[in-house]
Amino acid sequence: MGKAYINKIEVDFNDGDTILETASSVQIKIPTLCKHPDLSPTGGCGICVVKIEGTNKMLRACCTKIEDGMKIITHDPEIVEIRRTVIELILSDHPNDCLICGRNNNCELQTIVADFGIREESFEKIVKEIPQDKSTGTIKLEPSKCIKCGRCIEVCQDIQNVWALSFLERGINTRMAPAGDIQLKDSPCVRCGQCSAHCPTGAIFEHDHTREVWAELQNPDMHCIVQIAPSVRVAVGEGFGYAPGENLTNKLYAALRRLGFNTVFDTNFSADVTIMEEASEFVERFVHKKGVLPLITTCCPAWVDFMEKFHTDIIPHFSSAKSPQEIMGTLCKTYYAEKKGIDPSKIRVISIMPCTAKKYEISRSNEMFASGYQSTDFVLTTRELIRMIKQAGIDFNFIEGEEPDNLMGDYSGAGTIFGVTGGVMEAALRTAHHFITGNKLEKVEFENVRGLDGVKETSVEISGNILKIVVAHGLGNVEYVLNKVKEAKDKGKEIPYHFIEVMACSGGCIGGGGQPYGVTDEIRKARAKGLYSDDKNSEVRCSHENPFIKQLYKEFLGEPLSEKAHHLLHTKYVPRPEYKK
Amino acid sequence: MQNQKKIILVKDTNMDKETSSMIDKFLFGLRERGLSEDVKVIRAADLNIYNKGVVVKIWPENITYANVKKDDIDLIIHRTVENGKNIDELLVSETNKQLRIVLRNCGIIDPEKIDDYLDNEGYCALAKVLSEYSPDEVIEQMKISGLRGRGGGGFPTWMKWNFAKAQKEETKYIICNADEGDPGAYMDRSVLEGDPHSVIEGMIIAGYTVGAQKGYLYIRAEYPLAIKRITLAINQAREKGLLGDNILGTDFSFDLDVRLGAGAFVCGEETALIASIEGKRGCPSPRPPYPSVNGLWGKPTIINNVETLANIAPILHNGGDWFASIGTEKSKGTKVFALTGKVNNSSLIEVPMGTTLRDIVYNIGGGVLNNKKIKAVQTGGPSGGVIPENLLDTSIDYENLQRLGSIMGSGGMIVMDEDDCMVDIAKFYLQFCVDESCGKCAPCRIGGKQMLNILSNISEGKGDLEDISSLKRISQALQKASLCGLGQTAPNPVVSTLKHFEEEYIEHINEKICRAKKCSLLSIYEIIEEKCKRCSLCQRSCPVEAINGNREVGFTIDQEKCIKCGKCFEVCKFEAVSL
Repeated sequence: MGKAYINKIEVDFNDGDTILETASSVQIKIPTLCKHPDLSPTGGCGICVVKIEGTNKMLRACCTKIEDGMKIITHDPEIVEIRRTVIELILSDHPNDCLICGRNNNCELQTIVADFGIREESFEKIVKEIPQDKSTGTIKLEPSKCIKCGRCIEVCQDIQNVWALSFLERGINTRMAPAGDIQLKDSPCVRCGQCSAHCPTGAIFEHDHTREVWAELQNPDMHCIVQIAPSVRVAVGEGFGYAPGENLTNKLYAALRRLGFNTVFDTNFSADVTIMEEASEFVERFVHKKGVLPLITTCCPAWVDFMEKFHTDIIPHFSSAKSPQEIMGTLCKTYYAEKKGIDPSKIRVISIMPCTAKKYEISRSNEMFASGYQSTDFVLTTRELIRMIKQAGIDFNFIEGEEPDNLMGDYSGAGTIFGVTGGVMEAALRTAHHFITGNKLEKVEFENVRGLDGVKETSVEISGNILKIVVAHGLGNVEYVLNKVKEAKDKGKEIPYHFIEVMACSGGCIGGGGQPYGVTDEIRKARAKGLYSDDKNSEVRCSHENPFIKQLYKEFLGEPLSEKAHHLLHTKYVPRPEYKK
Repeated sequence: MQNQKKIILVKDTNMDKETSSMIDKFLFGLRERGLSEDVKVIRAADLNIYNKGVVVKIWPENITYANVKKDDIDLIIHRTVENGKNIDELLVSETNKQLRIVLRNCGIIDPEKIDDYLDNEGYCALAKVLSEYSPDEVIEQMKISGLRGRGGGGFPTWMKWNFAKAQKEETKYIICNADEGDPGAYMDRSVLEGDPHSVIEGMIIAGYTVGAQKGYLYIRAEYPLAIKRITLAINQAREKGLLGDNILGTDFSFDLDVRLGAGAFVCGEETALIASIEGKRGCPSPRPPYPSVNGLWGKPTIINNVETLANIAPILHNGGDWFASIGTEKSKGTKVFALTGKVNNSSLIEVPMGTTLRDIVYNIGGGVLNNKKIKAVQTGGPSGGVIPENLLDTSIDYENLQRLGSIMGSGGMIVMDEDDCMVDIAKFYLQFCVDESCGKCAPCRIGGKQMLNILSNISEGKGDLEDISSLKRISQALQKASLCGLGQTAPNPVVSTLKHFEEEYIEHINEKICRAKKCSLLSIYEIIEEKCKRCSLCQRSCPVEAINGNREVGFTIDQEKCIKCGKCFEVCKFEAVSL
């Protein structure tokens, strides 16, 4: 704790606070292009410089800790002029293609240039042509637009512990690229897309599939089915001026119909199916001792990819249940096609996901073709959907809400919380409890698995059995959990967990790599709150109580883990090398 | 550890052809007289005397003979070595204003023998510190001495040590920064190659003072001899119990290791150096936190430059007061400079702080090469600036140099005459910084490149007067908003040449001329008919066939076609191509 002065305003601060943080507490915004609230400062852009009264030097507000008695000036003509020069320098090394850039109107560099009223280019253009990397089909690197702020590298290395991206070369030739200057698809990249979500410009961008989807929608022979992931509903509104966390499920259904989708389903329904399978799997392993514990969740394709690259020894612990996206795709081309008498080859399944890795998941292994076809055809991120709605001239803010289509549109509260860290665990616990005890839960909330702590360890009692669980999100936090598992294994001790949930992105899917830009913990909390109230307001709170789930098993699948269920709804994992030649 | 022996140092200051045979002759003569045991003969690295044939120095009397011939050797042995009398005909009187503290042993002892170092009061300071001084007393002596960092920053060494000492961590590190990278600088290299133990002794004392157990010498890989000798010296020191557990029987333990730098200039910046040792990309990090609080692997770390460390033992051996008696009020002790450029005696020199630049150039450097007119002296390497002739009487200390728009730096000192173009000089140094920028922060990465482009335009006659204000504007952004010292000081050569020589820039821009004729694209090449012997070599050498004519009618240069590469000027044997 201490007292300091910023622009003569007295401020209180906590030890360790930076000048930038403290300034924002007294409504002073210090501009920056490299500092992101999620990440530790790199000091890369040089725009946040401030003066300390009585010294000649300027310091970076983003990484300078405020000290007791400090007198700081954040804005004066000299500082503004220095910032302007630095911004103009950055602009001289940036292409002039704002109008056709994916970040047009949503670019941090563009905004700061506009704020500074820069009307001419004082310095010679020195932009280097560097080829794009579209190799993954999920994330596109466009290094010529990169301003070398280092956010993508920080998030890839420090937060995600993936180490795919790095700076290569030095000086004016410095560029962001996969380490080793290989193609992104051959690197350890797990396609989580956090780099694209943190990029201040258009240098890293999701691979856009909207035109392919438009083409399918235009094809009269095709029956287009859309599914929306849990976390999309509480984030999509940010593209239309809604506050983060506002639940817009019904408006989304209506907008999707207007876009031309023939059938509107909800991934929350297939999340309920995932729970039926995964909870059964857990009960098999935990109660009937068939298979190894801990069981680890596999809804997140970036996490699956990460494990297949870096932690192949834990493959036997993985739940074989497919992710909700894949279950929906498979059921659309089997169950739904059968029931409606539609030729599955004429069905197109398009999913709206908060995620770039989901674009990879749809073809990641043979099991993704279990329906006899590629079960999910295209994946659009939340950001792509926002653009499509705008292109279609749909006045999203005023559109009347609608209901989803029958059969696979209705979901339980357990399905909707899949979109937030701890949600899969909580949903599984609700159903596993029922499977083990046969009783109805009095209180369905498991609050210990909620919240933004990186690793949440807790235990739950189910009919006298202590079930030890852990929830981790942000791939960098997995290390801690897996080390504990491996340590116990190595020493022949009891593994300290029975059930592990992992989501690759901080906050879970609500903070996914395909969500609207500008995410911070504040926004994550708001989006999570949106999903938890959706759960709370649901009549049905547990997957196994969803009447349409009951109907699905009765009419089509039989029992959870039945042969048919295994064939259609489960998958396999194989080691994949971190680097490909 | 008293020095009983005589030492004869021999060096051929012209071409170094004669030294070996002269040493043989000395050895032979000494053996004949039964003096082999008492007198050592050493091939000296540098005796700071130039163009005076074979120079012989007799130690400890410090008698210097120049232009020594083979026939003089018997006489030297008989008269001077045996009987202590001078030979007046050979004697040179040194008007040398040098004072050697850092370089005290360089060229005098055999750097590969620890005994030589021990014979010259080596490790006496360490023994004294370990037996008599508490860490606080060491810091007190360092404070009295007034020693400031010789790497360039000039930060008081005792303060740095005190910060690290105050940290409550168990593990602390000492790093010797030997990533010398300024173009033309070889001060640190000479110390490491000539007197490695002096650096090691300094590091051990630093370790004792701040409570560190481990030290690293970060040496650039391009210094193989320095690496070899320091490694050897570390092993020798270990064998003697001067490194390792329980040094000199005390409960203080400290050891050293060598880490090689891969050749990035920015790794001389301390946070980048730490990143490099940790195996990361050599990029600077924001300071604070300073390494003395949070350094190598997050532990308190002292990073001192080679020259700083070589000063430690003499200070503690002779006392802080002694050191403080040398130099100026705020800058104490001596400074080593690599004196180069248009000066007669290019060499490594060590002078007390406060010596004037004119003294250095004329009395130590022997004046300007070819008696040309001096234009300026550049100090501080790529981060420094030029000091024009009219300010040469400035006495050297940290503050004075900074006031003149230059810096002390690590000790590069380049003499420039009227043939040096200030735009070209600025371009040269800026090019260096642009090449060496790590690329992490925007001001340095892009600003440096933009300034370089502007300078190139000016030097090619494509500049306009607005370029000067652009240069000033970008310079300010670099100085204020760059992350590390490299970027903050990269504009200095431009700023200081603009400060003292703006008219040269304006000449380049307005009149399209380079008075020093360095900017080749501004020169006009012409063939002087009277001097031309019509050999046609120029015509045949021209890469763009810009030279018309033949051996019958003579040759002329087509100015439209000429790309000003200077090839014709170079090849002409008759000075018939004018600039």
